[in-house]
Amino acid sequence: MSLIVALPFLIPMIAGALSLVFWPSRSMQRWLALAGTVGQLLAAAVLLRTVLADGVQVLTAGGWPAPYGIVLVADTLSAVMVLLTGLTGVATALYSLTTIASRMERNGYYPLMHLLLAGVSGAFLTGDLFNLYVWFEVLLLASFALLAMGQEKAQMAGALKYVVLNLFSSAMFLTALGLLYGLAGTMNMADLALKIPALGEDDRINLVSMLFLLAFSIKAAAFPLFFWLPASYHTPPVAVSALFAGLLTKVGIYSLMRCFTLIFTVDTSWTHGWLAVIAGFSMLAGVIGAVAQQDLRRMLAFLHVGQLGYMLMGLALNTRLALTGAVIYIAHHIIMKSNLFFIAGALYQRHGTYQLDRLGGDWLARPALALLFLVPALAQVGVPPLSGFWAKFVVIKAGVTVAAWPLVLVALVAAVLTLYSIIRIWSEVFWKAAPAGAAVRNQPIPLMIWVVCSTLAFLTVLMGVAIEPVWAVADRAAAELLDPASYIQAVLGDAP
Amino acid sequence: MNGLEAWMAVLIGVLYACAFYMMLRRSMTKTLIGLILLSNAANLMIFVAARVRVAQPALVPEGLAAPAGAVADPLAQAFILTAIVIGFAVLAFAVVLIHRAHEVLGVDDFDQLREDGE
Repeated sequence: MSLIVALPFLIPMIAGALSLVFWPSRSMQRWLALAGTVGQLLAAAVLLRTVLADGVQVLTAGGWPAPYGIVLVADTLSAVMVLLTGLTGVATALYSLTTIASRMERNGYYPLMHLLLAGVSGAFLTGDLFNLYVWFEVLLLASFALLAMGQEKAQMAGALKYVVLNLFSSAMFLTALGLLYGLAGTMNMADLALKIPALGEDDRINLVSMLFLLAFSIKAAAFPLFFWLPASYHTPPVAVSALFAGLLTKVGIYSLMRCFTLIFTVDTSWTHGWLAVIAGFSMLAGVIGAVAQQDLRRMLAFLHVGQLGYMLMGLALNTRLALTGAVIYIAHHIIMKSNLFFIAGALYQRHGTYQLDRLGGDWLARPALALLFLVPALAQVGVPPLSGFWAKFVVIKAGVTVAAWPLVLVALVAAVLTLYSIIRIWSEVFWKAAPAGAAVRNQPIPLMIWVVCSTLAFLTVLMGVAIEPVWAVADRAAAELLDPASYIQAVLGDAP
Repeated sequence: MNGLEAWMAVLIGVLYACAFYMMLRRSMTKTLIGLILLSNAANLMIFVAARVRVAQPALVPEGLAAPAGAVADPLAQAFILTAIVIGFAVLAFAVVLIHRAHEVLGVDDFDQLREDGE
């Protein structure tokens, strides 16, 4: 029982509420954005330290004992996810301070950002499936508003698709919750982990598991229902794109990891078989979609879908090595992908466009920016010694170990196509001469953008060079996922 | 399963079917109506999945620590209340969004939405 489990979402909630109190004062809201996100990052770091030192941390909300009350649970996976949320939060806040238009700041950008961060952290920390639904809605509402803010035509079109598909996914989630409650009579994840496997192999459980798979894979933007992601991620301001790219889909991936290692563990040939199919098609659909794009941010969004496939592949293989790989992949991807969007924003500062055919010549004009772009771009492909190399290497090695040859083949092909997409971005944006008549706004890139992007790039390199501690944490998270006894014991006590 | 549950199951099935039909339409407004039906269907589903009990409220008689005999499941009702409130908020946002989208884009047809907003 410790309050530290709740702090990672309480801090942004309080910061968001205070931002509303100081609505007329722009400068106060900006200070709160900084204070709230840094506070969240610190709380998350303390939480991870506590979890690594003392094991799973549990907080029973309102003192109602599990499985009746809502519990907040932080195991290694949750703590890692919350730490990454804090990191993305700080980066986004810093980036927003210099790039978000003052009109949006006055219309409540910062309170919404805090709300989104609170929702994401809450989803990572809850130990109750219905509470997970509530956090999903919290972060969805914040993301709806952030996405539609500005009300440009493209934003409206993107937001409509995003909202409709996500509302559909929420309704499916709710349906699945109802059916699961009818089967097991509980919503506490640890309690479900005991009761659902006790029912044995049952078609009704397989049916409910498929509903969860559908709901979460829409949120995770996995094949075949990923269209909302490339339709919407390129429309809002780039700080919002980066925040979404870093965190939103990871909530879906995290929920899948939680449900399909804790609750639906009996008929794995069925559930994890489907996960493998989804993983394979996501990898292919993402990279093939990326090849055809003309807009830099849309390309990044499609590549995002491809990358999600690797995380799902780790989950589908369901061995300790594979889950370790999935956790490393998530950590690598959050840092790398938000950075790519941030750098795309820096390019926009200079050119005023994201269209590949109107960009060019930046290798000579802005070599530092080009090199900065190369770090996360090559990490995305999986070039050693960057973080992406380990992420891909571990996931694919796990595939080889259990002889899952079709998945391994798809993963390798997708990696090559990712390389092709990155080469295309590189040659279009940096290598080719600037197209004649292209208007260059040539605004100086604010110092803050340099600071944010190079810090994230440094983390990508650091994670690749010093993988040992990251590996140790990820391995521990995977071990806990595969053997949930300590999780269940921490939540329910010794009673059963 | 009592007769009420069977009829409720049929009703929920019809609601889901109507919701899916409406969501497959090209009109944004009709899709929205589909979403509203879907959220109501899901709420009813939770209600029935937790078993329907007639006139057995979850009340603890005075002087006792637990209710006497079988009572309706209060947890499921709490879920539904939460889901109704959340669903209302989210759908209210969706209504405003579709209204704004109609003003900005001037169409009520998903097929005429271009992702570049042209």
